[in-house]
Amino acid sequence: MTAARICDSPAEAVAGIEDGSTILIGGFGLAGMPVRLIDALIDQGATDLTVVSNNAGNGDTGLAALLAKGRVRKMICSFPRQPDSWVFDGLYRAGKIELEVVPQGNLAERIRAAGAGIGAFYCPTGVGTPLAEGKETRDIDGRTYVLEYPIRGDVALIGAHRSDRMGNLVYRKTARNFGPVMATAGELVVAQVSEVVETGQLDPEVIVTPSIYVDRVVAV
Amino acid sequence: MSLSEHEMAALIARDIEPGSFVNLGIGRPTLVADHLPAGAGIVLHTENGMLNMGPAATGDQADPDLINAGKVPVTELPGSAYFHHADSFAMMRGGHLDVCVLGAFQVSARGDLANWHTGEPDAIPAVGGAMDLAAGAKRVYVMMTLFTRDGVPKLVPECTYPLTGVGCVDRIYTDLATFVITDRGVVVRDTFGISFEELSVRLPVPLVDRPDQPAPRPVRGASQPAGDSPRRS
Repeated sequence: MTAARICDSPAEAVAGIEDGSTILIGGFGLAGMPVRLIDALIDQGATDLTVVSNNAGNGDTGLAALLAKGRVRKMICSFPRQPDSWVFDGLYRAGKIELEVVPQGNLAERIRAAGAGIGAFYCPTGVGTPLAEGKETRDIDGRTYVLEYPIRGDVALIGAHRSDRMGNLVYRKTARNFGPVMATAGELVVAQVSEVVETGQLDPEVIVTPSIYVDRVVAV
Repeated sequence: MSLSEHEMAALIARDIEPGSFVNLGIGRPTLVADHLPAGAGIVLHTENGMLNMGPAATGDQADPDLINAGKVPVTELPGSAYFHHADSFAMMRGGHLDVCVLGAFQVSARGDLANWHTGEPDAIPAVGGAMDLAAGAKRVYVMMTLFTRDGVPKLVPECTYPLTGVGCVDRIYTDLATFVITDRGVVVRDTFGISFEELSVRLPVPLVDRPDQPAPRPVRGASQPAGDSPRRS
């Protein structure tokens, strides 16, 4: 894979995303959510999407706006219900969207596994609860674990703080959240950043997402 | 007198060992942070990727990139560290967190926890990090009222709400009593404005009167040495 392409616009950054795609969307609430990429995706028109994100939209912007347009067939998330998740709540109660609830750490680790080439892993989270029902379990050293499979995306849309022209990324504070793991697990990885700097201007010691994972970058 | 929620939070804060790494669940457990003793070196973890989280931000301090698990703007402290979500939850599952404090709908006499879903048909399930914390923290403390507003006990023989974790709760801090889940049963450690006898009548689970030093259950994860370590409670 060649180095990341620095795009001139969010529209260029999301070009070519197909109907029916699984899209990993970074962010914890609105922190780290790539709102401008999602807005561009709304304009781009892809539909029948499966979206993987921690929450199911806040307020009326970002992921909530994509949901409101009826573009999402299924949400895979840990925490859909929030005080400001009225868009998702309405769709769910009207039977217009599927929901798969995944414990937050399993969501992160399943995405990580996809990006790391792990076929599946045994995890103690959720054992004996409805979210582990029907899943294979195994006792290891006296403890029960449940088998969890990777979650990979056709596309990952993430928010970062800065990129260099190669696509090396740094993040800012708790807006890092799912960005680094999602960047490893998308077939097409698109980062929205606040600034693109010249290659060599980011300290190699502080780069969190190396450019090998990143396909497109746009500064907004 | 029964305890106010701030008195419950203060009691929990007093029971957390100096130097502990602690995760406080969203909602009422967040109050514990207000009562942690200064200088005790207690480090707060927030699931969305931060250690040594500071107090809530006020006014101009608020930064949309710096929030807690409840999505409330917070602050940094000297020694804060950021990390991504997979690392944050590896800290929980890997047994690195000493204590988490969670709210609950119900806790069973065996320490099963139900706190994520009422199971009602129109309820939207949302688990967040609760199952990961329940499975991963070395000690799981629950902070809740002992009865619902309608007077229904929340300490029960078997949870009727969907479970968050099995046998994971170590202590239950309530407005009327503090309970320790042990191999000998549910030990009543403290009571507040109620007698042991009255508690026994009002709760549908057998209770053991206060400790002649109940042996705490072994810490989950086999790597913990048998002797007392400073972070064990």
